[in-house]
Amino acid sequence: MHAQTDIDGIMMNKNQICIGPTYSHSAWDEYWEGKLKRNNLNLGTVSTQSMMIGANYGITDDLNIMAMGNYVWTKASAGTLHGVNGVQDLSVFAKWKAYKKKFGKSKLSLIAIGGFSTPLSNYVIDYLPLSIGMGSSVLMGRGMIDYTYKRWSATISGTYSRRSNIDIDRTAYYSEQGMITKEVEMPDVLSFNFRAGYRGRYLIAEAVLNVMNTQGGYDITRNNMPFPSNDMDATTAGVNLKYTFKFHTNLAVVGGVTHTLGGDFFGGRNVGQATGYNAGIFYAFYLNKKDKKQN
Amino acid sequence: MKKVFLFLTGVIGVVILLQVSCSKAVAGRTDNLPPLASSDIDANAGDWKPVLLTSASEIAVSAPVATTTPDYIAQVNEIKTWQANITADEKRIIDYWGAGAILRWNEIMRDLVAKHNLPPYQNDDGTYPVPSASNPLAYPQFPFANPPFAPRAYAYISAAQYDAVVAAYYYKRLYNRSAPFKVDSSIKVYVTKTDLPSYPSEDAAIIGAAVETMKLLFPGDQDYIQQKAEEHKRARILSGANVRSDLEAGEALGKAVAQKFVARARTDRAGAAGGNQAIWTQMENDAIARGETPWYSLELPKRPPMLPLFGKVKTFLFDSLTAVSLRPGPPPSTSSKNMEDETKEIYGYVKNDTRENYRIVHFWADGVATYTPPGHWNAIAAEDFITKNFSEARWARNMALLNMTLMDAAIVCWDTKYFYFNPRPTQLDPKIKTLTGIPNFPAYISGHSTFSGAAATILSHIVPDKATQYAAMAQEASLSRMLAGIHYRSDCEIGLQVGNSIGNYAVQRAQTDGAE
Repeated sequence: MHAQTDIDGIMMNKNQICIGPTYSHSAWDEYWEGKLKRNNLNLGTVSTQSMMIGANYGITDDLNIMAMGNYVWTKASAGTLHGVNGVQDLSVFAKWKAYKKKFGKSKLSLIAIGGFSTPLSNYVIDYLPLSIGMGSSVLMGRGMIDYTYKRWSATISGTYSRRSNIDIDRTAYYSEQGMITKEVEMPDVLSFNFRAGYRGRYLIAEAVLNVMNTQGGYDITRNNMPFPSNDMDATTAGVNLKYTFKFHTNLAVVGGVTHTLGGDFFGGRNVGQATGYNAGIFYAFYLNKKDKKQN
Repeated sequence: MKKVFLFLTGVIGVVILLQVSCSKAVAGRTDNLPPLASSDIDANAGDWKPVLLTSASEIAVSAPVATTTPDYIAQVNEIKTWQANITADEKRIIDYWGAGAILRWNEIMRDLVAKHNLPPYQNDDGTYPVPSASNPLAYPQFPFANPPFAPRAYAYISAAQYDAVVAAYYYKRLYNRSAPFKVDSSIKVYVTKTDLPSYPSEDAAIIGAAVETMKLLFPGDQDYIQQKAEEHKRARILSGANVRSDLEAGEALGKAVAQKFVARARTDRAGAAGGNQAIWTQMENDAIARGETPWYSLELPKRPPMLPLFGKVKTFLFDSLTAVSLRPGPPPSTSSKNMEDETKEIYGYVKNDTRENYRIVHFWADGVATYTPPGHWNAIAAEDFITKNFSEARWARNMALLNMTLMDAAIVCWDTKYFYFNPRPTQLDPKIKTLTGIPNFPAYISGHSTFSGAAATILSHIVPDKATQYAAMAQEASLSRMLAGIHYRSDCEIGLQVGNSIGNYAVQRAQTDGAE
């Protein structure tokens, strides 16, 4: 079984490595200005495409490290603003299965994940919603509980992301008050992820709910432009699929869809109501043949 | 279960560690400045030429009580009582205001402009609401502090402060009442001690002028402005710089001076600058009649042009005939080969949108929710003036010169824009996508270039050792608009020239206002 990401409960085996590209696309034409849902005829549909290369390696069965980097393109379908593209951030994660226990057909694991991400290029930050990233270096701590019963699984995790302040291209800005500096205080982010579904030998299918809550920041004022230190909240729901080919188990394809929820309860704040999909292909192999396990 | 507990404790521990590790609070470049220490106290600033006052003594200020009277001694005791129980927050406000009254009020007015520089959202029928000065808190809030509004606000506030300071210095010399710390040496002094008489207080004159002009310009922010004014006066007493009667006389003087500016502002034609549908259509038809493609709004829905009659507003540094004479000749015809070439040049820039181009464009953009290009030049000036150890009087004079220049630059620039009604590059070639928002007014001549040329010229006179840098900054600000895809070369080059000419009128005034 091939492990995927820093956010699921699946581990790579010792000496197993998995590498592959993932393409993702997301777009929105409505966004929340503060909590006010609106569209913007001068932006139309704002779309983001990303090509990510990721690799995941099992140091042991219980300790994985992974790294990923991506190239991002943005575009607005209406209005006059120029889209941008460029190399975005590098992320590295260490994923450690700290505890596991079997109860009959059930398995419980506790997983700790530490991550760090930082911009790989000096991309323009203060150009939302068309900038390709937020420019922060981020230190992440994540705790995860993974439970399986036969082939069914449920995973819950919480993540605290410490974001570094950023420097923007102008020497002053107005947030909730005038700031005579190019430095912007970036609020941290707390997020929760719930995923549950079928975890078979070849097919993995999960429903995913993700809650992002920025710990501070301020609302976009009426008809203003967004700013990196806005209070950005969003709840997204989606489906993740992974299929490992029976005829060639080194090879797997992944795919998913995601949608930012609206409504009074789930509705976002200072973010676009994005709908997106992603697709990727992964190749997994053992660095050392004798480590190969039957699973 | 012990392992589970350890795991959870570990995770929570990491989160707390991430949260509390090193503070992220951001400090501004002017947050922690030493007290203003002027290299020359400009004791004779009462002789400088005011802007609107017929003379420094036009507004009467009554003679102060002597420093030996029980009234005065009671006021000194007020300082001592306050100082005896001084708190950390009080020390903070002493430090903040001690850096300079003009500096801090300049920063406050820039903040108010940035806060209010937001284009109103459209109505359901695709028209746009207009802010109302008589109902400033209703949406859309008054003012929409856009690029022509901003320098006019800066000019009225700064010029009123300058005249108030000239009058205050006149009466200081006339009455020559010593500062409280000279009268009673047991008073602690948190400002730089000088020989400048303290009655009436120049800080309070600056406060009075600011509060009174801001009532007109930012009528919805009185709560904030009054709170700043009270804090500033409190800082003056706490710091041992002024007794209460210094402040009362200074503030009354500042307010009375400002009344003249408010009266002028009410009749300077800015109130009618928005025009109406008939005028907008007329401008469009006039351009068509000249055989040109007229400007139209690139916003959706189409927004009426920004303050098309601002070019008719009354100037400070020259008369209205001179203002018209400063209007440059026409841009290349929209149907000419020249214009086609200029449009191609701009397309070339946006096609090659390098990171450095974004840096330059965004450094100078000063668009929505910012203090506008005139505010940027105020910021540049303020940070340079800090290093020059100007007296409060010279700060006031220099900021008034700068801002009257910027307002007049806005007037000439707007007159030119609407006289020619020339389209933006994106209108002539929709392939031109811009690196920042396209302002909602005609292209020729570039506002950034006119403002920057004007500001660089007067600032080079005030701070000659930075003349080369100012010229380079103006060039870059001007170029930024081409790199952004929102102006042609003609707009920028002619804009800089016109700006320089306007700046020269400020230099002429500076050479004859008695301060040099």
